[in-house]
Amino acid sequence: MTIITALFCACTVFLPTIGDPNSAPNQHVTPYYIENSAVDTGSPNIVTGTLADYRGFDTLWETSVMFVSGLTACLILMANTGEKQQGKKGGKKREQ
Amino acid sequence: MSNESNKMKKSFGGIVLDSSFRIIIPFTLVYGMYILTHGEYSPGGGFQAGALLAVGIVLVRLIQGADKKSFNVPGPIAVVCAGVGTFIYAATGWLTLAGGGMFLDYSFLPVPMHHEAELHALGILLIEIGVTVCVMMTIIDIMDAIIERLDDDKEVDYHE
Repeated sequence: MTIITALFCACTVFLPTIGDPNSAPNQHVTPYYIENSAVDTGSPNIVTGTLADYRGFDTLWETSVMFVSGLTACLILMANTGEKQQGKKGGKKREQ
Repeated sequence: MSNESNKMKKSFGGIVLDSSFRIIIPFTLVYGMYILTHGEYSPGGGFQAGALLAVGIVLVRLIQGADKKSFNVPGPIAVVCAGVGTFIYAATGWLTLAGGGMFLDYSFLPVPMHHEAELHALGILLIEIGVTVCVMMTIIDIMDAIIERLDDDKEVDYHE
C-alpha cells in the first residue's frame, strides 16, 4: 500500500502544470468552447453554457445521481424507525 | 383587517425567530428564484438556486414546526417532487427528440423562435428548473427523514 501511494505521488511530477496553455486539455475543445459559447448557447456565462448545453447529458445523470443518493440517505435514516409504523407509508405522521 | 394585522403581529417566540421569518426567509426565497432565472447571465444556476430555496423551507420548518401549513412542504410530496425535477430535465431531452433533433440538442425544441441562441437559452432555463426542483426537494427530503428519526428516538425514550 505504501509503495502504491509512493508511486502515485511520484507520478504527479509528470502531470501538466496548472494553467499551462500548451497542455493537452487546454488545446482540444476548450478554445472552441471559449470562442463559440456565447453565440452557440445564447448565454454569456461560459460555465453555464458548457454545463447545461455542451455537457447536458452529463448534467442529466449528475442530477439523477443526486436524486438517488438523497433517496438512499432518506431510506437509511428512516430504516428501523419503530415497529409500530409497519404497514404505513414512510414520512407520514403516526397516530398515537 | 384587524384579524389580518393580528396575524402579522403574532410572534414566533423571540426577536431572532421573528426577524428570521420575516426578513431572511423571504429574501432567501426571492434570491433563489433570481439565481435560477438569471443563471445564464451571472454566476449561479440550478444547483445553487435549489440549495437556496431549500434553505428557505428548512428555516421555515425549524422555526414554526412541521404542523403549520404556510411555506411548508410535507415529506411525501418532497419525495415525489424530487423525482419530478429529474423528470423535467429528461422531458426536455425528449422534447428535442420530438422536434427532430438529438437528445438535449436545444436547437430542435418545438417552440417558434427567431434565433437558435434563444432556443438554447430556453432549453438551459428548462433543465435548470428541473435541477432546482430536484436539489431543493432532495434537501427537504433528507431533513424530513432526520426529523422523523429524531422524533422516533424521543418516543422510544418515553416508553421505556
